[in-house]
Amino acid sequence: MRSDRSASFSLKLAAGLGLLFLHLPILLIFVYAFTTEEKSYQWPPPGLTTQWFAIAWNRPDVWAALGLSVKVASIATLIALALGTLCAAAVSQTRFFGREAISLLVVLPIALPGIITGIALRSAFSLLDIPFSVWTIVLGHATFCVVVVYNNAVARFRRTSGSLIEASMDLGADGFQTFRHVVLPNIGTALLAGGMLAFALSFDEVIVTTFTGGQQSTLPIWMLEELIRPRQRPVTNVVAMVVVLVTFLPILAAYYLTRDGDQIAGGGK
Amino acid sequence: MSVAASPSILPGRGGFAGALSDSFWRKPKLLLFLMLTPPLLWLGIIYIGSLLALLLQSFFSIDEFSGMVNYEFTLATYAELLRPSNFDIILRTVTMAAAVTIASAAVAFPIAYYAARYAQGKWKALFYLGIMLPLWSSYLVKIYAWKLILAKEGILNWAFEKLHLTWLLDGILGLPVVGGNSLSVSYIGTFLVFVYIWLPYMILPTQAALERVPGNLIEASSDLGATPAQAFRTVILPLALPGIVAGSIFTFSLTLGDYIIPQIIGSSRLFIGQAVYTQQGTAGNIPLAAAFSVVPIVIMGLYLWLAKRQGAFDAL
Repeated sequence: MRSDRSASFSLKLAAGLGLLFLHLPILLIFVYAFTTEEKSYQWPPPGLTTQWFAIAWNRPDVWAALGLSVKVASIATLIALALGTLCAAAVSQTRFFGREAISLLVVLPIALPGIITGIALRSAFSLLDIPFSVWTIVLGHATFCVVVVYNNAVARFRRTSGSLIEASMDLGADGFQTFRHVVLPNIGTALLAGGMLAFALSFDEVIVTTFTGGQQSTLPIWMLEELIRPRQRPVTNVVAMVVVLVTFLPILAAYYLTRDGDQIAGGGK
Repeated sequence: MSVAASPSILPGRGGFAGALSDSFWRKPKLLLFLMLTPPLLWLGIIYIGSLLALLLQSFFSIDEFSGMVNYEFTLATYAELLRPSNFDIILRTVTMAAAVTIASAAVAFPIAYYAARYAQGKWKALFYLGIMLPLWSSYLVKIYAWKLILAKEGILNWAFEKLHLTWLLDGILGLPVVGGNSLSVSYIGTFLVFVYIWLPYMILPTQAALERVPGNLIEASSDLGATPAQAFRTVILPLALPGIVAGSIFTFSLTLGDYIIPQIIGSSRLFIGQAVYTQQGTAGNIPLAAAFSVVPIVIMGLYLWLAKRQGAFDAL
């Protein structure tokens, strides 16, 4: 490698092709949402239409699945926010025996394959005779959402200077005031970003949900059924496109929220 | 005349919240305990408890006649894993995971290398989002996109036809084992989708490792007379290896545990995830399902142990 800062043509080509490989399939979804073909996945589309959007809009089952997904993701995100922040604060502000074990415990639900988490929870529910409900889904989702909130919060706590908290206490604020006026504004954007990622993670989760959901279908479960036994391909195309758009927004927002994370009050200390 | 003396030690704060705040300051351990209890209760009881309950069940067996679980300690269920039909499933899954890992490393490396060493400013952000957006977009939608691509009437067959290469596609599909009637019911299809879905998990750690290779090392190696190829082989690759190993942990583990992709795109032969699913669902054999789910845990345990010796965790 020479020290000049321009890449060889073959490297540019390989990197470009790799990025295309990552993005073309997603772009294809957008084309299929407008196709007039309804019986097969024919390419190129015989014609373009927007009628499927109206049809998908008037489908109660899609709305029910979407509603359940939003509900589950919201509750799971709230639980994950509370648990993840507590854990991150404890791990980053103090040193104690078993700190590493706690990090491992938080990461484990996402490090082990989802099917193991799913079947473990399902067999626990059946051992304890807990009937499937919205809450069993939430239970599973919150467990693996903790890690994204935790990761974001730990990274921000590490960059936030501990002297800020001491200064606020010296100036007479009590613990709650310090949390409200000093800690929260500092970690706020990290929590927002973590919460959005947790929401996206829960909104998209299918493997654990198949084990903990019982008869109800979240949007991914609805989608999975369409994938296994396609019934309304055009409606599925539209839903797929909307899901792509909806998940892009929180990712972009989370990126912009944490991008400037280095310029935080007290970060230089 | 009185001087308002401010005492050096302030009186305790009034009210419940004030008293609580004071006692947190005096006893940091109490605060720590209160902060850790909810997450540890949640993860410890719900998650670890369920995992242990599952592991425990793998030491039970199922009565072949009544179909009831026999609650006595036995290793018979693990012995069942070694039956040819079950062992094939494990072998197939591990082979697929290895192939997917190697292919994703090969595809990921140029992207990671370019993003780490050449992309600047706006391009850097573009590369970052270009990797993050596919990583975070819906898993099922991505699989759905591949169902569209690989379908008989889909875009890939169309492209082969337009390029007059249908003979090539037919030749590939005619291969034994990996071929099939069409791409969407062959191992090639399953393999492509696995590589696509897990690729970002390989790019990110590889890129992180490459970013830590100091530029002056490369300059030094070329000053000492190494050709670009030699510098790549003896300087860049060894330094990037921990990142690649870290990425392979994800691709390997995720492939081992997935059951949705091979169910939707692939032949009807089972992978470990599908075996777990059918054993616990239609077959109702929870002990065997539990034993099957121990297999990826054990394989990943071994893999992590080897990776740790390679120093892969420093690159995470």
